[in-house]
Amino acid sequence: MSKYKIKQLSIFINNEPGRLAQIAAALKECNINMKAFNIAESSGFGVFRAIVEEPDRAFAELSKKGIVVKETDVIAIPMIDRPGGLLEVAKTIGNANINIEYGYAYSNKGVAAFFFRVDDTDAAIERLLSSGTKVLTEKDI
Amino acid sequence: MYWNQSIECMPAGELKKLQYKSLKSLVNNLYSFNAFYHAKMKDANVHPDDITSLDDITKLPFMNKSDLRDNYPTKMFTAPRKDVVRYHVSSGTTGKPTLVGYTKNDIDLWTESLARALTSIGIGDGDIMQVSYGYGLFTGGLGLHYGAEKVGATVLPASTGSTERQLELMMDLDVTAIACTPSYLVHMGDVAKKMGIDLRKDTKLRKAVLGAEPWSDNMRRHIENELGVQAYDIYGTSELSGPMFTECEEKNGIHIWGDTAIVEIIDPETGESLEPGQEGELVMTVLKKEAMPMIRYRIKDLTSVIDEECACGRTSPRIRRITGRSDDMLIIRGINVFPSQVEHTLMQIPELCGQYMIHVDRIGALDYMTVQVEMRPEAFSDKVDDMLKLKKHISSELKRYLNIAVEVELAAPNSLPRFEGKAKRVADRRKM
Repeated sequence: MSKYKIKQLSIFINNEPGRLAQIAAALKECNINMKAFNIAESSGFGVFRAIVEEPDRAFAELSKKGIVVKETDVIAIPMIDRPGGLLEVAKTIGNANINIEYGYAYSNKGVAAFFFRVDDTDAAIERLLSSGTKVLTEKDI
Repeated sequence: MYWNQSIECMPAGELKKLQYKSLKSLVNNLYSFNAFYHAKMKDANVHPDDITSLDDITKLPFMNKSDLRDNYPTKMFTAPRKDVVRYHVSSGTTGKPTLVGYTKNDIDLWTESLARALTSIGIGDGDIMQVSYGYGLFTGGLGLHYGAEKVGATVLPASTGSTERQLELMMDLDVTAIACTPSYLVHMGDVAKKMGIDLRKDTKLRKAVLGAEPWSDNMRRHIENELGVQAYDIYGTSELSGPMFTECEEKNGIHIWGDTAIVEIIDPETGESLEPGQEGELVMTVLKKEAMPMIRYRIKDLTSVIDEECACGRTSPRIRRITGRSDDMLIIRGINVFPSQVEHTLMQIPELCGQYMIHVDRIGALDYMTVQVEMRPEAFSDKVDDMLKLKKHISSELKRYLNIAVEVELAAPNSLPRFEGKAKRVADRRKM
């Protein structure tokens, strides 16, 4: 089951100019390549979330720099890169009776994927698999 | 016009004799009948017999806000509970608030003091006074209310907030005088402008009694020029009773009634007495309080004494406008806030690591306080919702302890400044 869990790194961003640049600089210095990321902004702060190559190394190196990183499992399912792609993905997840906390997408190497975070990852993966949905692994992206 | 001419204009020598007599009997009483003061004087190795002149007051020990905190709630009271007719509460330096109590006579003394003060600025019988200080645990609202009623004015107990409504009432009821914080009056002026109200033409407002927060002569000029009112400074703290003393129409220092209180100015570092004209920390002795006497109470406000007769004919000593504090207390919209209270509150919240910064700004006429708090790494969640919940929780805890709305800003772990030596956690960017 665990091969279907994609590791996501999250970093808290303070509400001040240049904060994101500082984090981006740290990512660069640690030679971290991002596959996808998103920034959730709220009143007075932001949360930066990214799917990166070699997440364990990235986590260790960022932590060494004093940046507090949180590792969370997210789920990825393939998405077709054409109009209506999101609808299909949303229907699949809805039909499996899964509530999404948040999600974001990427498209690369001929594969488009929708990453999303749920409260009970194991149960969600099981439901998706049993409904015949393809769930992506780390290697697929 | 005087409220109590024989006292207000009493020759200086006679006033000093009266003060000495009152001090002597106060000290005798407390030494004989009150455990707290007895112990305090024993510790300072001073006996009532050592007080043989007014100047001997310097032999008596100081009192501090910590005495009120340590004796919370009523251990310092010198009147039986049944004689206490009212409580007021102000902020303490940490978790516990400061409680003050009043007998019927204490309320009368406070009211008399304000009656003299209001009369000295020409507020009386024919006036309609809007009291826009907070009513409730804070002393400002009820204090001014009683004072204004005493001089025969009609009182509109507007309290704080609902500014548009306050302005409408001001117009409808021909209000002639207002008591509030200076920043609130400026705010009212701004709101009036937006509503198309010209305070000069559309209202009868002519006098404003302003205090409970620091302000300046610049701000006075601004208020007087912009709003067409005469603005007077009022002074007091809950430990003295509440707002008690004001400038007279001369606007040249705040009259402290000599039969009511003895004023001293000390060097905040050494505790040594300073001469008139020298700036230092204000120390007050209230001579006739029954429920909670105050002897040599260190208020921590900085000012100096003006020791010359005022052109108004009153002989009482005057103090200049307060220029600042000898401690780190902040006054935000008339509410006293100690950084230690903020720290105390934040320490109770397990998600926080104890690092924080306080920013104070004045936007328009109003003060805003922002507290930046640093999360513990474990408290950080990738879900914005969790973060918002935490933020809201911190805001409501601060509001609960400080009694003012505080903007909370979450900060990432390890992101706030660390200090070597004395921490500078307060950035007060207000210009008075």
